[in-house]
Amino acid sequence: MAFTFAAFCYMLALLLTAALIFFAIWHIIAFDELKTDYKNPIDQCNTLNPTVEKLKKIKRVKIALKLVLPEYLIHAFFCVMFLCAAEWLTLGLNMPLLAYHIWRYMSRPVMSGPGLYDPTTIMNADILAYCQKEGWCKLAFYLLAFFYYLYGMIYVLVSS
Amino acid sequence: MSAPAGSPHPAAGARMPPKLGGAASGLAPPQQNGPAPSQMQVPSGYGLPHQNYMAPSGHYSQGPGKMTSLPLDNQCDNYYSRPYTVPTQNVGTPSSANQPGAQQMYGRGPPASHMGGSTPGSIQGALASASHPYTSASQPYSSFGNRYSSPATYSASSSASQGYPSTCSHYPVSTVSNVVYPNVSYPSLPASEPYGQMFTSQSAPSARPVNDSYSGPSTAVTYPSRPPPPPSQHHHQQQQSHSGYSSVPWSAPGLPPAQDNLIRNQMGSLAPANNRPSNNENVQPPKSSSIVSTVLPGPSSTRMPPAPSHPVGPLPSAPPTPEQMQTKGMQYGDYVNNQASSTPTPLSSASDDEEEEDEDEEAGVDSSSTTSSASPLPNSYDALEGGSYPDMHSSSASSPAPDRASEPNSTLAQALSAAPAPTAPHPTKVAKPFGYGYPTLQPAYQNAAPPPSSGGGHPSGPGYSGYPQHYPGVNQLSSGLGGLSLQSSPQPESLRPVNLTQEKNILPPTPIWAPIPNLSAELSKLNCSPDSFRCTLTNIPQTQALLNKAKLPLGLLLHPFRDLTQLPVITSNTIVRCRSCRTYINPFVSFIDQRRWKCNLCYRVNDVPEEFLYNPLTRSYGEPHKRPEVQNSTVEFIASSDYMLRPPQPAVYLFVLDVSHNAVEAGYLSVLCQSLLDNLDKLPGDSRTRIGFMTFDSTIHFYNLQEGLSQPQMLIVSDIDDVFLPTPDSLLVNLHESKELIKDLLNALPNMFINTRETHSALGPALQAAFKLMSPTGGRVSVFQTQLPSLGAGLLQSREDPNQRSSTKVVHHLGPATDFYKKLALDCSGQQTAVDLFLLSSQYSDLASLACMSKYSAGCIFYYPSFHSTHNPSQAEKLQKDLKRYLTRKIGFEAVMRIRCTKGLSMHTFHGNFFVRSTDLLSLANINPDAGFAVQLLIEESLTDTSLVCFQTALLYTSSKGERRIRVHTLCLPVVSSLADVYAGVDVQAAICLLANMAVDRSVSSSLSDARDALVNAVVDPLSAYSSVVSSVPRSTLTAPSSLKLLPLYVLALLKQKAFRTGTSTRLDDRVYAMCQMKSQPLVHLMKMIHPNLYRIDRLTDEGAIHVNDRVVPQPSLQKLSAEKLTREGAFLMDCGSVFYIWIGKGCDNNFIENVLGYPDFAAVPPKMTHLPELDTLSSERTRSFITWLRDNRPLSPVLHMVKDESPAKTEFFQHLIEDRTEAAFSYYEFLIHIQQQICK
Repeated sequence: MAFTFAAFCYMLALLLTAALIFFAIWHIIAFDELKTDYKNPIDQCNTLNPTVEKLKKIKRVKIALKLVLPEYLIHAFFCVMFLCAAEWLTLGLNMPLLAYHIWRYMSRPVMSGPGLYDPTTIMNADILAYCQKEGWCKLAFYLLAFFYYLYGMIYVLVSS
Repeated sequence: MSAPAGSPHPAAGARMPPKLGGAASGLAPPQQNGPAPSQMQVPSGYGLPHQNYMAPSGHYSQGPGKMTSLPLDNQCDNYYSRPYTVPTQNVGTPSSANQPGAQQMYGRGPPASHMGGSTPGSIQGALASASHPYTSASQPYSSFGNRYSSPATYSASSSASQGYPSTCSHYPVSTVSNVVYPNVSYPSLPASEPYGQMFTSQSAPSARPVNDSYSGPSTAVTYPSRPPPPPSQHHHQQQQSHSGYSSVPWSAPGLPPAQDNLIRNQMGSLAPANNRPSNNENVQPPKSSSIVSTVLPGPSSTRMPPAPSHPVGPLPSAPPTPEQMQTKGMQYGDYVNNQASSTPTPLSSASDDEEEEDEDEEAGVDSSSTTSSASPLPNSYDALEGGSYPDMHSSSASSPAPDRASEPNSTLAQALSAAPAPTAPHPTKVAKPFGYGYPTLQPAYQNAAPPPSSGGGHPSGPGYSGYPQHYPGVNQLSSGLGGLSLQSSPQPESLRPVNLTQEKNILPPTPIWAPIPNLSAELSKLNCSPDSFRCTLTNIPQTQALLNKAKLPLGLLLHPFRDLTQLPVITSNTIVRCRSCRTYINPFVSFIDQRRWKCNLCYRVNDVPEEFLYNPLTRSYGEPHKRPEVQNSTVEFIASSDYMLRPPQPAVYLFVLDVSHNAVEAGYLSVLCQSLLDNLDKLPGDSRTRIGFMTFDSTIHFYNLQEGLSQPQMLIVSDIDDVFLPTPDSLLVNLHESKELIKDLLNALPNMFINTRETHSALGPALQAAFKLMSPTGGRVSVFQTQLPSLGAGLLQSREDPNQRSSTKVVHHLGPATDFYKKLALDCSGQQTAVDLFLLSSQYSDLASLACMSKYSAGCIFYYPSFHSTHNPSQAEKLQKDLKRYLTRKIGFEAVMRIRCTKGLSMHTFHGNFFVRSTDLLSLANINPDAGFAVQLLIEESLTDTSLVCFQTALLYTSSKGERRIRVHTLCLPVVSSLADVYAGVDVQAAICLLANMAVDRSVSSSLSDARDALVNAVVDPLSAYSSVVSSVPRSTLTAPSSLKLLPLYVLALLKQKAFRTGTSTRLDDRVYAMCQMKSQPLVHLMKMIHPNLYRIDRLTDEGAIHVNDRVVPQPSLQKLSAEKLTREGAFLMDCGSVFYIWIGKGCDNNFIENVLGYPDFAAVPPKMTHLPELDTLSSERTRSFITWLRDNRPLSPVLHMVKDESPAKTEFFQHLIEDRTEAAFSYYEFLIHIQQQICK
């Protein structure tokens, strides 16, 4: 039993996935609010699109800032870590989501800052429903991934 | 308050016949004056009704002798007059006159008083018993009329007599009505005939016009009663009427005489009924008599809570003089009407409130928000209607009962309960049946009005008798019809299979009207005008699965801020709304009892607030279902401070003008400045109105116009990277205080930059500065831009490749290149500022990016390609005309619009210029009367447990006078469970407009070819679903239900629009502009753009002509858009909405060229002609009156282009002939074949 780089990767991924689960939950709540609570989508998008300046303005943001782009970056980060650790199976499991993230960001609406959501179209029922569904799917994925990483970490620790 | 009324007034006044006007002025002034001063809220419209009334009275006064003649003269009049003795006269003469009356319905107390004065005379004249039958007939109509009573109705009524006025378009029905009218109106026709017509017509709107007219007068009458000053008269009248009903003497003081009168009247009424047959009008004695008799009993019993008394009274009284009888009838009618109106309201229509704002922004806690105004209910009402409490009690007691009685459907029990005491709970309408109650209710309104006006009980008396008769008969008939004839008749026609490939003339020769929802007659009358509110499917499918099977788009088309000629304006301390969903009370709610109503959107049971029990129109208590909110599906509320987040803003206008070399060269400044100078005093606003100017090239120039300066001061800011305002105030100045400086500036501006060499344009920084300037107040920014912005933030590059203009493949760059303008627009929207863009450029200016500034700030976009003030005079003329409309049209500030729909339906996607703030709330910094919206709908839950669905839009805005107002529209539609019914109810025009909006979205988000494919599929899918599911016709033929027969034609027209066409050279800006238009134009204008109307004008005749404002307007039939219809011997007019083309064939008759164009022969006609000379010949007069009539029907005056055969300009004309084949697109027939192949795949 040795503390290998792969084990470290799993531990890190475990922690980060916990954060991602939190993000996903926040994402779901935010869109649910949008749909039911009649929140102003400008504010909502500001909280979803991380911009420090806007963060200051919106106090209830807190964690919100880190949503979309941070989520993508975190996920990409531990994908790279798994690549370095040569954990091909784990990497393979994560590739579809990584590809999806890249596609999603490439096809975002025209906007000058970072961000994914356009306040003028987000109230469209199709887009809203899509975003909500996306949130639930990701939550499920991250939950499964969380336990997989837990298993993977222990397996690596034990087997090595 | 007066403001709202104002709009109705002018129209009414204008339309009023000279006689009426004169009479009205004479009578009305005193009464009106009394109420008006005390009550600010009384709309000016009220006054108008008076006039109407007056007029009627005048007729009556003329005497019995005239009476006989009258029927003959005015068919319509007869109808109307009989039911409402006074009103009828109005109706009869000028249709227009009727309309005003309808408008005024709501709150015109003063008129009523007038009535009183006039009525006596009228009554006498009325003696014509003949009138009675008519009256009865009219009542049913009146109920219809109520629905339509709004402006639309006016037109309808007018049209009925003359043909359709343009206004009629609202109601498809109106057309029908025309037909009906003749029958009804004819004096000779017996009462029975009218009935029959009505019934048959129920489905048809024909009845409506009549009703309108009716309602108008009656309403007017009711109002008069309200006014405090006239109380004595009104009260008396009411009391009398009441007494008459009950037969029991009323406690009303000093009324005794009145009571007597009433009684007499009643008796008289009975007699008159009998007499009627004898009258000329009642040509068919047998029918009329029979009808009358039946009616009479019904009415008497029904109307009068104390029914017993009535019957008794009338019978014995029969002998009384005709005059008395007439008077009685009048009163009755009033009462009845009231009752009827009250009943209808509960049934279906829910008053639309614009609570959106409240909810969103401030939140009215209660469904009924009590306003700050201390004055009790009466006050508001008084203003509107002028009723007083005490009177109300007495009147209400009596009146309610009668009403209910009259309306069997509504529930007799209610009537009874109501009769004894106002406080007694009314168990009226439990269910919202398809409107039984409604029809009657509306009539009641109208009728109610007349009685007060009559003042003297006598006049009203006769009316009573007539009315009651009508009521019962009408109600029964209508109900029967509603249930049977209506439902059964329309469907067959709309479902009639049409073989598209063999039907040569698919396009009907007359304009196409919106289909009428298959509702009961009562509900139909109450329903919102299709001009304001339309649904693509007038029969809502029960489930989403059914909708998916039908493959038709489901959505709403809205034109919420349309210019209305009549609009009930309600000032009330309490705006009654559902506590749960915040829906405004509307005509389609149901009253469980007198104290509770059930929301028609969420089905919650709400309490009726105390104030709502008082009906200002009738000044009666305990009749919540008769309130104007419950009688009209389009109403406007004066909102309280609950509906404000901040004090109402003043009107603020900022003009941001491009003065670079390009702009100066184009010369638009002189046109703009001249227009502004001309219209400076007509800018909507009050004493707080503020105005400012900015110009920009590579720097930004501000103008200090502070009062006291000797001349305008120009301040230049050259730091465009970090824009700041050179001075905090005095850039936006009070229009009235600084008018001289403003005029100086406007006179100087065109020449100030004449020698500029600056070619750059810093539009982005200028907009940022404008935003900073406007953000404290909000308002309207008008941006004039002539080129691609080339400096500072928001600079754009040319993206168009001219070689790709006619590409059939991919069209790029339909979306914005930067989000700068969108973000700016959102910032502006947040600060209640709208940005309107005028793009006048000859080169590519990337409208796709620039348009964002208007799209998301609820602005509007005007585009003038190749504008040049001298080289392109037609564009200059268009700009000038557009500016005139733009500067003077109505405007609403800091608006929000909320759309609600019955539980189970949900909004999906919105189309138009706005920012969507939540799933059902649109944020509109500005709203203008030319803005249209579309909404796609989803059926989320099955609608099996309801037979009706309702939609309500509430638009909360600040008027230019600083009033917070809520305009509410409510639409009610039936739910169906079979596919055939769904197809039967398709509104093709609405569907096409919705498809156009969806296709624009698809083009931008996906690609143009995707959008085109989707459009073709939009034809293929429903037709194939229809042929496989519904019809039994073999699949080898292309068949469509009659309701869908125009779908392929319209979709083909869409595919050939600039927005969607491929293969034809189309500039990118033109294409994008066409898309913007599709998103923001209201349906009526969009349809003309998609499918222009083609008329042959070299043979105009007076056949089928209509009369508008004393002019004869010929009505040539529509030609299909194909070159095969163009003959060289003819001249044709094409109406494309914003442009008119007159095409002159080479062999055109020289007489036409000489008499209309003023040239000796074809060769002498100049190639560029934009005006028709005013020649004193018959054909010239006809042509001009036709064109003027077309122009009057639209907000933006179209420019006329003369196109000579074989001139180069003819390609522009021929591109609109969409049924013809072009190099890149199908002909209509080919398109049908293509569809057929797709279906057979």
